Amino acid sequence: MRFPTVTSPHTERPNSVTWTMLWVIIALVPGSIAMIWYFGWGILINMLLASLVAVAGEAAVLKLRSRPVMPAVGDLSAVVTALLFALAVPPLLPWWLTVLGVGFAIIVVKHMYGGIGYNPFNPAMAGYVLLLISYPVEMTAWLPPRMINEQVLGLGQTLSVIFTGTLPAGLDWDAITMATPLDTMRTQLDLNIMISEIRLSPLWGDFGGMGWEWVGNWFLLGGLFLLYKRVISWHIPVAMLVVLLSIAMLFHALDQETHPFGLFHIFSGGTLLGAFFIATDPVSACTTRKGQLIYGACIGVLIFVIRTWGGYPDAVAFAVLLMNMAAPTIDYYTQPRVFGHGP
Amino acid sequence: MHYPSTHKTTHRLHRFHGGLHLPDNKAQSTGRPVRQALVPELLILPLQQHIGAIAKPLVSAGDHVLKGQMIAAPQGLISAPVHAASSGVVVGIEDRPIPHPSGLSAPCILIRTDGEDRWCELPEPIGDVNAINPDTLRARIRDAGIVGMGGAAFPTSVKVNPGREQPIDTLVINGAECEPYITCDDMLMRERAGRVVAGVAVLRQLVEAEKCLIGIEDNKPDAIAAMTQAVKDIGLDQTTVVTIPTHYPSGGEKQLIKVLTGLEVPSEGIPARIGIVCHNVGTAAAVADAVLEGKPLISRLLTLTGQGIAEPCNLEVLVGTPVSELIRRAGGYTNAASRLILGGPMMGFTLPDDQVPVTKASNCLLVAGVGEAPDPGPAAPCIRCGECAKVCPANLLPQQMYWYARAKDLEKVQEYNLFDCIECGCCSHVCPSHIPLVQYYRYAKQESWALDLEKHKSEHARHRHEARQERLARLEAEKKARLKKKKAALKKKPTAAGTSADPKKAAIDAALKRAAEKKAQLAEKGVKPENTQQLTEAQQRQVDAADARRKAARPAEPPADAAAVETEQQDG
Ligand code: SF4
Ligand code: SF4
Repeated sequence: MRFPTVTSPHTERPNSVTWTMLWVIIALVPGSIAMIWYFGWGILINMLLASLVAVAGEAAVLKLRSRPVMPAVGDLSAVVTALLFALAVPPLLPWWLTVLGVGFAIIVVKHMYGGIGYNPFNPAMAGYVLLLISYPVEMTAWLPPRMINEQVLGLGQTLSVIFTGTLPAGLDWDAITMATPLDTMRTQLDLNIMISEIRLSPLWGDFGGMGWEWVGNWFLLGGLFLLYKRVISWHIPVAMLVVLLSIAMLFHALDQETHPFGLFHIFSGGTLLGAFFIATDPVSACTTRKGQLIYGACIGVLIFVIRTWGGYPDAVAFAVLLMNMAAPTIDYYTQPRVFGHGP
Repeated sequence: MHYPSTHKTTHRLHRFHGGLHLPDNKAQSTGRPVRQALVPELLILPLQQHIGAIAKPLVSAGDHVLKGQMIAAPQGLISAPVHAASSGVVVGIEDRPIPHPSGLSAPCILIRTDGEDRWCELPEPIGDVNAINPDTLRARIRDAGIVGMGGAAFPTSVKVNPGREQPIDTLVINGAECEPYITCDDMLMRERAGRVVAGVAVLRQLVEAEKCLIGIEDNKPDAIAAMTQAVKDIGLDQTTVVTIPTHYPSGGEKQLIKVLTGLEVPSEGIPARIGIVCHNVGTAAAVADAVLEGKPLISRLLTLTGQGIAEPCNLEVLVGTPVSELIRRAGGYTNAASRLILGGPMMGFTLPDDQVPVTKASNCLLVAGVGEAPDPGPAAPCIRCGECAKVCPANLLPQQMYWYARAKDLEKVQEYNLFDCIECGCCSHVCPSHIPLVQYYRYAKQESWALDLEKHKSEHARHRHEARQERLARLEAEKKARLKKKKAALKKKPTAAGTSADPKKAAIDAALKRAAEKKAQLAEKGVKPENTQQLTEAQQRQVDAADARRKAARPAEPPADAAAVETEQQDG
């Protein structure tokens, strides 16, 4: 009898890229729902629009590169990129900016470098930064969380704002948008306002921005789920969060009036989303265990530095992209001790 | 799965990095006792079933042979003889497909059996091992054709040869059998523990080890109990049966040594460098047969299992029996049969058809059903997730090695310690992109060896050339010196000092010359001076095979059939 020749191992494989990505998407669910809850339909619309653009863009590029479309699109990595992008941008971002950002992420950042596995930069963050630099006004026009929002927009209104730019009658942009807590914190600090005064604003919750802190909690939950499922390892998020928290606490201890307390950094902006979902993107991060600790720690430092002294309100995207560049070098110098080799 | 441990041990265990907890799938084949396989009509005995030089036939077509008769003799130090597994008539010596990942054919002796299964006259059993000269014992082991039976097939007589600077402190006996599905060592220990331990005693005597550790995974409680009892019965002192956790690949030689002793075999070194020698339980039993009964290695235990086999079991099979006959003995194929694998699921390779014979090193025939080994589909790009590094027992960075192996940057792959890879398959198993990583490493190893050899050859050619130039220059100088001396002698009478210097110098020159010639001779054979001879021979074989294949067709991609690199690494 004849049999096919197949390479070893002859086992049922426990992992697949599709499943990995699927777990990430599932882990994003609680945080996403929280964001939709606090910031309205825009978040959901952005998520759907971005996913559509990402998948279509990827399929188109693959066609152009004459590569098989299905396996690559089916791995869901484009969807993950799209979702991370959508969760990072303001809820009422004009549709064409989402298309531009995601298109850039997928077509340029991912596929110009050869597609999944070859991109040195995190595509979602590269797309985000491109928009932030080119369209700073649109990219910082956030909504207030629903508890303090007097103008909650319905689904139809949101669609019309995103796709036609028409605001509901009687409203203008200034009336409905609001800077993020992080943004507010830094602009007011720049005006030499004391933190004790800044914190009197209703924008603040118990340890971060109102609403934001809960979004952070839900992303944290998703992250813990990923750790539990062993989709990510603890090294990057733990190193990043511990370092960021320690530095922030140190500065806060030195001067309580110009440095917000430590947890504020953890529960504001994209810190928790970044720690568990963005910095852990395997393709662009470090791959050795020691390297991951260094990588995470450096992101933590950079986030603090950029938030405190840099020119942009949030820093996760910049910090991640900067460390993406350093990742190969870090990997090279942090190779583990091989069995049977001296220390 | 948790196994109740029947044997409490105080022995301190150690861990190695990575590894996998795999479903062990062993129960299927341990349900019934070991049975005897039938004598096949035709025995196909490959002349090379071991690492080292191929054996030389001692018989020719038409000869009548008896069971146990040596039909091919070893050539050189690292080699092993082949014996007739049953009585019959030699019907030919020709190339036949052998169990090899690429379906190679190699010279085999074919015996049509006569059904009488008549033994030849066997050498005298050696009763008291202590009273006998160790060299005689070693010769007995060599003449019995014993090779490492855990899969490596390295001639055992070489491995029990001291003459090393490093005295052996510990004999490690590998009964871990860490690969899923395989149970022949388990059954051997359960049913013939006394035989195994008797062999252990002989091996220990030979390597002069102070103590002995027998490592068995905790999913084999019966084997552990039987072995512990046998050690007690025979009264072997300083010998401990150690229960180790079931954790693939704890049966890898280096991993087992680490688990049992905490010591790491140095990279590219052999265990003897740290005072350890490691043998498989099957080898120990074969040694006992050879020494205590005079029987050569002509049969072994083999596991037949998987959803594709009707009655999974263990058989005692004659070396040289075609696979198809054994499958028949195990009830034949089921409808599920989709893959024929020699060895276990992790390190075994597929056989294209079942006409090949089993050899001394074959331990398992796994006929996998579709559900057991589903096709993982085409490989996707590496997403650098690091899963592979997490499970690598050698603590390598498989993703980096893959990257460079793919780019054919052999230097870089080696920089990432390609040669420390034991090809255990853990990385491929967990890779979410389903990249056949091990395949790439085998390929890179072969390419590196081939390159090394070329470099090697040119280097030796250069050395040879230099040696020649030197010799010529020296001869020239000597001639000149003699002439000068002659002239001087003509002028004045030779002094005593002058005459005594000359023969001394000549003697030195002669010695130098001899040394240079010897070096050149070695170089011709391709022997690396600084390396151990064993490795070089094994490598040489690999390289030759790789060369031949490359000549046949230069593969663009790492070949799907990259030969199993059987160094002394994986013994379980
Ligand atoms: S497991 Fe596979 S995909 Fe992940 S880093 Fe290793 S080779 Fe790449
Ligand atoms: S096959 Fe080699 S690289 Fe892969 S896990 Fe085993 S030792 Fe490591």
